[in-house]
Amino acid sequence: MATGVKPRVRVPKSASAGEAITIKTLISHQMESGQRKDKEGNIIPRSIINRFTVDFDGENVIDVALEPAISTNPYFEFEATVPASGSFVFTWYDDDGDIYTEEKAITVS
Amino acid sequence: AALSLAALPMRALAATDMVGEAITAFTGGADVGERGITLTAPEIAENGNTVPIEVDAPGAAAIMVLAAGNPNPDVGTFNFGPLAASQFASTRIRLAGTQDVIAIAKMADGSFVRASQEVKVTIGGCGG
Amino acid sequence: GNWSRLAAQQAMTQDDLLSFDTSGNVTLIHITDIHAQLVPTWFREPEINLGVGEALGQPPHITGTDFLRRYGIEANSALQYALSYPDFSALARQYGRMGGADRIATVVKAIRADRPDALLLDGGDTWQGSLTALRTQGQDMVNVFNALGTDAMTSHWEFTLGLDRVTDIVDNHLQFPFLGANIFDAEWDEPAYEPYQMFERGGVQVAVIGQAFPYMPIANPGYMFPGLSFGVRQERMAEVVAEARAAGAEAVVVLSHNGFDVDRKLAANVPGIDVILTGHTHDALPEPLLVGKTHLIASGSHGKFVSRLDLDVRDGEVKGVNHKLIPIFSDVIAPDSEMTALVEAERAPFKDELTEVLGRTDGLLYRRGNFNGTWDDLICDALLEEREADIALSPGFRWGASVLPDQDITREDLMNATAMSYPEAYRSEMTGELLHTILEDVADNLFNPDPYYQQGGDMVRVGGMGYRIDINQPQGSRITEMTLLKTGERIDPTKTYVVAGWASVNPEVEGPPIWDVVEAHIRRQGTVSVSPNDSVQVVTG
Ligand SMILES: [Mn+2]
Ligand SMILES: [Mn+2]
Repeated sequence: MATGVKPRVRVPKSASAGEAITIKTLISHQMESGQRKDKEGNIIPRSIINRFTVDFDGENVIDVALEPAISTNPYFEFEATVPASGSFVFTWYDDDGDIYTEEKAITVS
Repeated sequence: AALSLAALPMRALAATDMVGEAITAFTGGADVGERGITLTAPEIAENGNTVPIEVDAPGAAAIMVLAAGNPNPDVGTFNFGPLAASQFASTRIRLAGTQDVIAIAKMADGSFVRASQEVKVTIGGCGG
Repeated sequence: GNWSRLAAQQAMTQDDLLSFDTSGNVTLIHITDIHAQLVPTWFREPEINLGVGEALGQPPHITGTDFLRRYGIEANSALQYALSYPDFSALARQYGRMGGADRIATVVKAIRADRPDALLLDGGDTWQGSLTALRTQGQDMVNVFNALGTDAMTSHWEFTLGLDRVTDIVDNHLQFPFLGANIFDAEWDEPAYEPYQMFERGGVQVAVIGQAFPYMPIANPGYMFPGLSFGVRQERMAEVVAEARAAGAEAVVVLSHNGFDVDRKLAANVPGIDVILTGHTHDALPEPLLVGKTHLIASGSHGKFVSRLDLDVRDGEVKGVNHKLIPIFSDVIAPDSEMTALVEAERAPFKDELTEVLGRTDGLLYRRGNFNGTWDDLICDALLEEREADIALSPGFRWGASVLPDQDITREDLMNATAMSYPEAYRSEMTGELLHTILEDVADNLFNPDPYYQQGGDMVRVGGMGYRIDINQPQGSRITEMTLLKTGERIDPTKTYVVAGWASVNPEVEGPPIWDVVEAHIRRQGTVSVSPNDSVQVVTG
């Protein structure tokens, strides 16, 4: 089980329709690569976030497949356009089966 | 000079067939062009464990990133949905040593383009 | 132009040094890399300063008689002494020490008497490099640069005081902007400092963009300024230039700590920059170097020079540039009494320490040069003997004042060559292979043909070991024939050697401060004699 996992996202509170808005996300996660050894020389099992998705009212913005070469505390920055007021849903999928989500509303004028 | 080294600064090379296999798996063996994709990475990594990279390929459906010198070259793939305002993304990656980072975009028409940049991982020290 | 006339006269006057045909409507005064030198000092310029790639044989990679010929400097003149290395010790006795904050204050006041709103811009490496700056955590330098009426600065060694102290100075003590367009918060990738400051001067808008040292967390200990990211960030510079232009800038000046060759490439790749005030690589050039429409200015180090630049800005662009590199001959330029008093007050608490004599040197102690210098040879000798090591390593720093032959070595002299915030003299075991890897790594940071892969220091200095370097080979193939001097045997990649060094960028390094190691060595020797170092064979062809 990954511990201390904490997602954070930065989304503007408002935008105009069709405007490209910048979104930044961070999730605190050690992203254990499966290549490190512990003090006894045993391989520390891989435990990473393997997928990250962003949807807006059910429509997809970005869907990322992650490998162990993504750094600790995975960071993503990308751009979205939104047609109307609504909510982004951010979802991180952990190797251990856990799913972390975060939701952010945006007002479109 | 330094005392201990997290990553040795010599050029790291994965088995080239692993890079080739990853590219073939993504492209299905199609020709890969060079125009229409930008990969931005620092010339010198401040920390090989967290190297910021940006990919940008207007009109792409997906962009795959590889680290040609890591023991496993796979880094990740960005798939862009209908609400992506651009086919741009930025993340941070681990590099085991000085090597080329490669980005390959699958364009909407099914063609492929690539870009690469050398990122130097150094032990550092010294200065003016 | 000014040079040959001045040299021909032999006897200099303050008026000669300050004479200037005032032109245009904007004046810039540039000083950089003073490395906390508040009083006049000696500083020998390099004998070996190799350029690679497009910089091969280009300024500032010209030394000695080639340099004198290129700029029309007469043999044995004051300018030979100031700008190059031949006959340094003899010329030093003839022409005296250079620099000093009180002489610089005189020059700044004289320029401002002529052009009251002249901008004084400091390129950084200001708060580190002396005993007093170390003891006061840079406060002496902050007080002096406030008093000089500085208008903006950028940074490098400043951050080795630790981020908390930098923040304290910027928020509570500094009376002018601390600029860094390329300094970002590493977590959210957002600008961490102001990128530029707009000044209205002579009725026109002048944007001064700050560019901090790009390789900060690599060349210096990253743990001292956590959460910050640097880098050349060429695209960011282009954006900031465009932003400044859009905000009405009619002249764009980059106050840079990139190093000269990095700035040469930046100037070629980023349009819209009128002037780059270069820093970090400690070059002093008598004339601007033009890259496209961008004027590169190199103002030396250690307070030896101040550059004056008059810009003629009309119709939204720079129409003309008039430049002079002013050498600060301390025996010719009268000290400014207010600044003398301030400097004395800053130094007073440390007076006994500063003047304490540790020993003598029979030869010139200098540092600057790509491969070795006698200061580092002395430091390596001290590390080998005091730390009982096979091999000693001393970083290729470009700062550190010189000591003339047959002079006392004071504690101030020693600290001028060693004062820094991570001075621990480590002792560790390294394989021959690791030593080779380290030398190859540092060599590539100096001789990579692409300037953006260069960090602007000099080659790590070695004691107890010799090697051959072919600078034109790729990384991994430059260094051969590594030899352990005490046995004459080749370094064995699989064998382990005891290595002593200092200034590691890693955290939790243990050992006495380097100045204690060197002091013990000097005291034991009484008079130090550094033998000529021919252990590094350089291949450039
Ligand atoms: Mn410097
Ligand atoms: Mn510097």
